[in-house]
Amino acid sequence: MRTETLEILNAERAARRATILVTDLADGTQRLVREAEIGADPLAEVLGKHLASGKSGLVEIGGRQTFLTVQVPPVRLVVVGAVHISQAMAPMVAGLDLALTVIDPRTAFASPERFPGVELVAEWPDAALGSRVPPLDRYCALAALTHDPKIDDPALKAALAAECFYVGALGSRKTHAARTARLAEAGFSPEQINRIRAPIGLAIGAVSPAEIALAVLAEIVAALRRVPRPEVA
Amino acid sequence: MLSTDTDILAAASSWRRDGRAVALATVIETWGSAPRPVGSHLVVDAEGNFLGSVSGGCVEGSVITEAIEVIEAGAPRILEFGVADETAWRAGLSCGGRIRVFVERLD
Repeated sequence: MRTETLEILNAERAARRATILVTDLADGTQRLVREAEIGADPLAEVLGKHLASGKSGLVEIGGRQTFLTVQVPPVRLVVVGAVHISQAMAPMVAGLDLALTVIDPRTAFASPERFPGVELVAEWPDAALGSRVPPLDRYCALAALTHDPKIDDPALKAALAAECFYVGALGSRKTHAARTARLAEAGFSPEQINRIRAPIGLAIGAVSPAEIALAVLAEIVAALRRVPRPEVA
Repeated sequence: MLSTDTDILAAASSWRRDGRAVALATVIETWGSAPRPVGSHLVVDAEGNFLGSVSGGCVEGSVITEAIEVIEAGAPRILEFGVADETAWRAGLSCGGRIRVFVERLD
């Protein structure tokens, strides 16, 4: 590989943009395709498939063995609400190699004593996102856990607008119906609103904060790995 | 913590900037219970210092030896390890998997 190619690849990664390195295995020749260039590329279809799965792999192109090295940005998890569930979630998130940020404007909740070693931002989500916290993007998961629409709603709106790969919100079906109405009122389409996972978390009968944290993280992993979403009963 | 493959690529870049000769090994194909997924990287310098993993430890030694040769010779190589191959069995993918590894020099 040319060192310049590697430099570009690493720079794209630092800017949180995906790339695919296309290597002809017979002679080692390579080219780098940026996420934005995939649509216009002669290999658009196969590159698009690999981008969606996030997986590198071997393909045959014109009878030549070709390796696609897929680089997708490190996944961030933004949790709104410095609550019990988030406390239980923090050590699990570390094990999953996700970069966690917890946002909660209520300083009594967002205290370093309750969240040792966690990146904690005691601000309103709409103030924090894009300033103290980098803006959300497609490689972010957002979980809104405060139960308070004043705090959760601005974060959910930002997550839907940024097309986060996962958007989840705590609350009963009734709470979610009210939330759906508010988001529709704010101009979000039914397709966008339907992307919100609510009730949040895989249906494992979770009861304790740690169990709910586990259900939410399992749902995030399933979304990340593109497991089809189960039908809502 | 150098835990992800992209961190390894960042390390490869930084080694190059330090003027070190560097080869990059990438798992391109696996069969059976191979311990590291396709796309996993290992970066090696001419002294045999390395970061990352292509097999969870089983065949790293052989990959590093070959990578040092690739650094000297320049042409990329494809290595194959697995239980079907006697030499590879000695190299030790005891888990019963097979892997193919692409090794290239950073120019």
